[in-house]
Amino acid sequence: MQLKQLILFILGKMVKMFILLAALCLLSFWMVSNSPVDPVQAYVGADMMLVGPEQLERISAYWGVDKPPIEQFGRWASALLQGDLGTSMIFRRPVASIIKERFFASLILMGLAWTLSGLVGFALGIVAGMKQNTWVDKAIKSYCLILASTPTFWLGLILLIIFAVWLNWFPLGLAVPAGVLTENVRLIDRIHHLILPALTLSVLGVANIALHTRQKLVEVLSSEYVLLARARGASETEILWRHGIRNIALPAITLQFASLSELFGGSVLAETVFSYPGLGRATVQAGLRSDVPLLLGCVIFSAVFVFSGNLIADTVYRVVDPRIRHKDGAV
Amino acid sequence: MALNQSVLSVNELTVSFRQYTRGLRQIELTVITGLSAEIQPGKILAVIGSSGSGKSLLAHAILGILPSNARVTGTMAYDGEELTAERQVKLRGREIAFIPQSVNYLDPLMKVGAQVRASIKDNKKEVQRDIFARYHLDSQVENLYPFQLSGGMARRVLVSGAMVSDARLIIADEPTPGLHPEIVEEALTHLRQLADEGRAVMLITHDVGAVLNVADYIAVFYAGTTVETAPVKDFAGKGEALRHPYSKALWKALPQNDFIPVSGFQPSPGDLPLGCLFSPRCPMASRECFESRPLERELRGGKVRCYHAT
Amino acid sequence: MKSANSLPIRTAKDTAHKNMLPKLSRRHRTLIVLALTTLLLLSIVTGSYILSDSGLSVNFEIKNQAPSMNNLFGTDWLGRDMFTRTVKGLSLSLGVGMMAALVSAVLALFLGICAATLGKTVDTAVTWLVDLFLGVPHLVIIILIAFSVGGGIRGVIIGVAVTHWPSLARVIRAEVMQLRSAEYVQVSRHLGKSRWWVATHHLLPHLISQFFVGLILLFPHAILHEAGISFLGFGLSPDTPAIGIILSEAMRYLSTGMWWLAFFPGVSLLIMVRAFDILGNNILLLLDPHKAHE
Repeated sequence: MQLKQLILFILGKMVKMFILLAALCLLSFWMVSNSPVDPVQAYVGADMMLVGPEQLERISAYWGVDKPPIEQFGRWASALLQGDLGTSMIFRRPVASIIKERFFASLILMGLAWTLSGLVGFALGIVAGMKQNTWVDKAIKSYCLILASTPTFWLGLILLIIFAVWLNWFPLGLAVPAGVLTENVRLIDRIHHLILPALTLSVLGVANIALHTRQKLVEVLSSEYVLLARARGASETEILWRHGIRNIALPAITLQFASLSELFGGSVLAETVFSYPGLGRATVQAGLRSDVPLLLGCVIFSAVFVFSGNLIADTVYRVVDPRIRHKDGAV
Repeated sequence: MALNQSVLSVNELTVSFRQYTRGLRQIELTVITGLSAEIQPGKILAVIGSSGSGKSLLAHAILGILPSNARVTGTMAYDGEELTAERQVKLRGREIAFIPQSVNYLDPLMKVGAQVRASIKDNKKEVQRDIFARYHLDSQVENLYPFQLSGGMARRVLVSGAMVSDARLIIADEPTPGLHPEIVEEALTHLRQLADEGRAVMLITHDVGAVLNVADYIAVFYAGTTVETAPVKDFAGKGEALRHPYSKALWKALPQNDFIPVSGFQPSPGDLPLGCLFSPRCPMASRECFESRPLERELRGGKVRCYHAT
Repeated sequence: MKSANSLPIRTAKDTAHKNMLPKLSRRHRTLIVLALTTLLLLSIVTGSYILSDSGLSVNFEIKNQAPSMNNLFGTDWLGRDMFTRTVKGLSLSLGVGMMAALVSAVLALFLGICAATLGKTVDTAVTWLVDLFLGVPHLVIIILIAFSVGGGIRGVIIGVAVTHWPSLARVIRAEVMQLRSAEYVQVSRHLGKSRWWVATHHLLPHLISQFFVGLILLFPHAILHEAGISFLGFGLSPDTPAIGIILSEAMRYLSTGMWWLAFFPGVSLLIMVRAFDILGNNILLLLDPHKAHE
């Protein structure tokens, strides 16, 4: 019964997500087709000489340039439904395969930053909440508020100046050492290249989760059930483990999943600063060099990514919180 | 009522909240003023006061769980020995048990069985099951979350949580509001049983009528102090046996008596009268009542704070 | 019952904050912050006019100089004074950010009121629109919009405006809904006051403060996004050096070790954003009806 409800809930969410995605596709297509940039012209770009007439025709056919906009959209949408996102102009490869490859790189970066910001933020939030109104709390709070006003890309630049230029501990950018064949890249090199971007990207999330966790913990500690626990002789540490973590973990996890939108936005900037070949950098390149198929692909994929995060957040809540789980299962 | 017999004795307890504000101004709110009380083993002392008069803070002060900005003066003794902050930490949950008012005192995300077990040393499941059985709680109840409990069940769970220890002093805070009369009856019966087993019970409530059948003594709480402590038998008839004008007025205000409300309001904790706390509303108030606070004195087998009580 | 019992504790804490602590004190503090922030903004704006363009002229004799008394923020690879560039860049970013925030807030006001007053269908439509705009990373939408309008200042303003309205629209929608059902509004209706009278006498005064605070709290986000999008190369063109452009140029000279190129403009931006944040939160405290009237 409960499982069925859960499945229905997820299905409902997915239907909504699909409708929103369709609306997004329509909107994005309308926007790029209104752009002063001509897709075929842009596609061919400066390499006009290298493109043969048949190829030009194929591109025109894909976009249906001579057809009315509605039909153009229909063509593009039906190709999209078959998983054909078109071919990227910059990379001369199918958009789908580029997104797959780039997303994998971004996923490692974002995953690392996400975990790091979640753990550090949660820990800072707990410390601040437990030490409410002391100087430790005030220091953590100010730190977080300053972080929240810090431009991600600038922080990346500063980290680069300190750790790459001055101290020479880390490389200036890219995901792998330059001039080394992919198969020869060692894991340690990859990690070496990953640390600074991940650190930069995690900073913004830390502030968010720490302030939120602090607020929740302060609420929990002033609750009546904590008062009772104290009256029954529980120590502050016991209270934190028994009641604190239990009541603040779920909101924190939910918040973390719901923050994928900001994380992706941050990765666009961080990847640009560190020349990290991820999806964010691909989005920027696509926009700057008018690679319409890749740009549309990135927009749609980023939306799928964020929607999935929100869906997970909602689902986790339903599965874990007993008040929702047993809604009609009262004994 | 000799001191050495009391499980708990509270002497001239004052609780105030001091707040430093910007510019180093400070304000002082006195919520409990020179309060004294004693409880003997096997007896129930009911502390009666109107809602919002700060009587819950008395319980919190005894347990040492007041907020950190509270300032406490006066002395408390447990078993004849001074109840210091360190002793409070050691005793609460072991010797002194607390029964709170409502289901809000249970963690919404934790199964109630586990919450009760958390107060047991070694976390023994059998102890919790025995207690649940004793309070007629089904064995499934331990796997429920607080929001799944009925009012009566929640009450029994809260009592069970206090009973897993062998506490000799039980402080029950307002066990009656919003409950069905049968559940109130049941809750009070439980407390009577506990007292009959030789424990001392302090019952804090706003409902005089409900405790008449179970309490041994009643302390009348007004504006942060106990104006009168009297054996329960004095609460009878037209209140002739009562000592303090406020107790008499309170007694007459009951629906089953004259139902005459006490006129006026309790003074606010930030602005207490200089003299007797009841003087602004007292029909008998004379000059000395406005100038100084009467000390507690013995009178006809009870205690009273009034210059004029006879 | 519970609240009644714990009243003394709450009184102790709250009165100190709201009653006993003189309201003047909080107002004073807020006013000081207000004055300081305004001063900062004014000095940025006036500074950008007062500072002569000579600091921006190419002068290879003083290129790549570290900060000194002559050039507080150092000079760049063309010998331009970084202090002058930073102030002018901030002023530009400020203007664009404010413009974008204003458009966004107006959009939020419009959509929020529509959702609250025009019935269930419009309400649902606005809710879905909110979900749509929250479902795509802001920066990605801005890139898409900047691309579709062909870049430039217009793209930044539209992009930032379009991505930032949902939170304020929600607040305004809730506020209007609550006001509409408020008793005194109902009473006014029954007394035969016209819709217009109700709107101007009851709704507007409340909404204006919400709108104002929302607008100020939008500034920091708008400015940060403007800087980010310009940094990526979608915003202003290199001949209008906003702070994002300056930082993106600084990135190219990173390996030379000229830290001042990136450090000072970024710190200035950070301070400006933080100042707006503090300002917004202080004004919120002042205007919040619940806190203000207590």
